Amino acid sequence: MNIDKKITDDLVANDISFVTTVPCKQLAGVIEEIDGRDEIFHIPSNKEDEGMGLCAGAWMGGKRPAIIMQNTAIGVTINTLATLIQYYRMPLPMLISYRGELREPVACQVEMAVHTKALLAQMNIPTYHFHKQSDVAELDMILKYTFMCNKPVAILTDANFWGGYGDQ
Amino acid sequence: MIRSEILQDIAPILRDQLVVCNIGIPSQELHAIDDQPTNFYMLGTMGLASSIGLGLALAQPKPVIVIDGDGSILTNMGTLPTIANNVANNYILMIIDNGSYGSTGDQPTYTGKKTSLAKVAEACGCERVIECRDVDTGRVLQEALDSGEMTVMVVKCDSGNAKMPVITMDPVIIRDRFMKAVSS
Repeated sequence: MNIDKKITDDLVANDISFVTTVPCKQLAGVIEEIDGRDEIFHIPSNKEDEGMGLCAGAWMGGKRPAIIMQNTAIGVTINTLATLIQYYRMPLPMLISYRGELREPVACQVEMAVHTKALLAQMNIPTYHFHKQSDVAELDMILKYTFMCNKPVAILTDANFWGGYGDQ
Repeated sequence: MIRSEILQDIAPILRDQLVVCNIGIPSQELHAIDDQPTNFYMLGTMGLASSIGLGLALAQPKPVIVIDGDGSILTNMGTLPTIANNVANNYILMIIDNGSYGSTGDQPTYTGKKTSLAKVAEACGCERVIECRDVDTGRVLQEALDSGEMTVMVVKCDSGNAKMPVITMDPVIIRDRFMKAVSS
């Protein structure tokens, strides 16, 4: 299975046509795949809260958005999630690279990893954790759920899901 | 002129357009001067008016005017390269530059000192950037609408706020009526 293609196919099948990204090594493949699809307008952001602003505007303009980012961004976007996305009740699928989990080579990434689920729980954000490749089968249902309930929803994708980092 | 006088002045131009308005006193002033379903008031989230407006402009064809501030742009300076590199010709970013953080007690910002937001916008790649005086806002805004080109306006004006009531409308109602106005 080509996981990058599968994720992008699910986004397109759910009519998601506006995607903003802040890159991560693990997300490079899916970002490239999204960038190459005619059905999706890909707009890189400089910071994740900026990206959530873009998504809020796109949704009010009639397009279904999504954001792709690292879990470190949860630290950046708490205020935006609370006072924009949740306060105005907007849907936002967040495909998140879950750095600092098993097979992580960079110690500093663990420092935000240990807070990630606690912060998402504190925010009452529905959270799914993809650890094995087969977990991606739920993505289609998670996207439908997000646009059903008009909430931000987190999909954490760890190094094991992406196939690790190779020899490091 | 202070911001509320400018908003009073340009209200007839804004009335028929989609407007995304900056957090705090700017939204309170616009709401009190001429509340319209075509106005999206930000009640929180400092800095993101320009980003919300850009997403809206890229997603649909109607003109979008963002009423932003110098402090808000400084908070989200990364917005200017994104705007410059994703051209939406139905997008007007109007930065009311009074050199101060108005909603928090008029503390000075750096744009009242050495920093020029017009030059920053140009350096970021924005192609139609116009700095103007407060008294010329209406004319420059109308010209921007007529031009059919993405425009960044930097309106130099005096610091100060009008006393207006806090917006008590529910955010979901603000958003819902705005979305209906967008799609009508």
